[in-house]
Amino acid sequence: MVSTETSDEDAGPAGFRWVFRHPATIRISHWVNVVCLAVLLLSGLQIFNAHPALYWGEVSTFDAPLVSMTATEAEPPRGVTTVFGKSFDTTGVLGASNDADGERVGRGFPSWATLPGYQSLAEGRSWHFFFAWVFVLNGLVYLAYGLASGQLRRRLVPTGGQLRHIGASVIEHLSFRFPKGEEATRYNVLQKLTYLVVVLVLLPLQLLAGLALSPGFNAAAPFVLDLFGGRQSARTIHFVLANLLVLFVLVHVAMVVASGFWNNLRGMLTGWFRIERTPGDVA
Amino acid sequence: MSRLPTRRAVLMGATAAGASLLAGCDQLGQIPWFRRTLDAGEDASQFVQRLMLTQQTLAREFAEADISPWFKPNGTIDPVDEDYKALAAKNFEGFRLKVDGLVETPLDLSLDDLRRMPSRTQITRHDCVEGWSCIGKWTGAPLAALIERAKLKPEARYVVFHCADTMENADDGSPVRYYESVDLVDAVHPQTILAYEMNGEPLKVAHGAPLRLRVERQLGYKMAKYVMRIEAVASYADVGGGNGGYWEDNGYAWYAGI
Repeated sequence: MVSTETSDEDAGPAGFRWVFRHPATIRISHWVNVVCLAVLLLSGLQIFNAHPALYWGEVSTFDAPLVSMTATEAEPPRGVTTVFGKSFDTTGVLGASNDADGERVGRGFPSWATLPGYQSLAEGRSWHFFFAWVFVLNGLVYLAYGLASGQLRRRLVPTGGQLRHIGASVIEHLSFRFPKGEEATRYNVLQKLTYLVVVLVLLPLQLLAGLALSPGFNAAAPFVLDLFGGRQSARTIHFVLANLLVLFVLVHVAMVVASGFWNNLRGMLTGWFRIERTPGDVA
Repeated sequence: MSRLPTRRAVLMGATAAGASLLAGCDQLGQIPWFRRTLDAGEDASQFVQRLMLTQQTLAREFAEADISPWFKPNGTIDPVDEDYKALAAKNFEGFRLKVDGLVETPLDLSLDDLRRMPSRTQITRHDCVEGWSCIGKWTGAPLAALIERAKLKPEARYVVFHCADTMENADDGSPVRYYESVDLVDAVHPQTILAYEMNGEPLKVAHGAPLRLRVERQLGYKMAKYVMRIEAVASYADVGGGNGGYWEDNGYAWYAGI
């Protein structure tokens, strides 16, 4: 049960009640994380743009990248994205796009997807590393609080019953039928598993892959590099994980909108979540 | 629910807000105090890495088989400077490395002098700040041995590398040459060498002939090419733009371990 407090005082005639769903620490860390991930993504793409190609292994195989974004010699240039040897014309988005003055220039990701919007590896790095530290400290606070308070287990670890009915949950989720009443006060099994994977696997792995790009960190902890199969592999994995996190955020936001945008938003801002009464509810 | 905006309005509002936020971030990045705050992230990385790394912690060394078939030359690959061109034309016969500043015994060494010193050979990965990596084999004189010969004065804290290559011209037309600096932790690290050979051959012009610094636990821009003079200083505030290196003067962090 996620709810720690309920209030019937505000219960209107419409037959709903308020549930206190998200403790302050979790709400604050959620929004700090929103800022961190947004800045880390955009500044990360700025850093990527300094050498818009990905490789596998310890070193760069310049003539055979896994992925590359290049601009043609034409005037204005055309953008070409090559993935596993197959080339695509991605003019306007990848490889070549318009700068602030509306002039088409060669750049990996477009201006609107990078921080800063103009080309500056040095500034991109400053943004990236500052918010990487905020992300790490925020994550530590979240994990420490989540473990100490039992919130992490209560919120994110599926119950045996939930796991046994995982099939029904998948169908329910895919058909956009969202639970009502008491069942809406806790995450369903798919949410729990997704959040668990993001919080305990994707985000820590993303941090580790980022650290594996640091020559200083490599000297201190060479085994981390072996985990990823070399520095250029780690860079590629860092990029792929960033994409998976973007995918997670897109689905997450879509589900938030679909299952009651204002209720969910209020829940994560104030802690209070509104649920409909069901016959089984104890008044 | 009728008072609440529609989903479409929220999405459009969010897009507009996102765009102005981005523009706002670009402007924030131009404000000195904000930029200094952001730089605290890199200061924190330096602090933590210095705790994690001992004086003896080595960067990984690789096998001959790992050497990259092509090592990407970057930065200056052919200095425009006439003095340098003259030296290169004579295969660096007249080259002299000067070691001065806060030292008891200033040195003035030829390449042969450096070659006669004990050498170190290491096969290491070179990581460019841009994101790419190459593996090369470097042979050179450990900087620690040079510093020992020159005997640092007690107030010396940094070692500055003055290079032959002009990067740009200042407003008054004077050349702005590449330079870099390391502190004593990196200066006396066993893998910090002044390399005169790469992959078993004399260093080529594209890679910094006749002498290139190797600082293996940091990024490529620390590894100054075309090193002509080594100066021991108490502070790098009065050197170049005052930030400890050419790229540092252009916004990059002085500590390049990440």
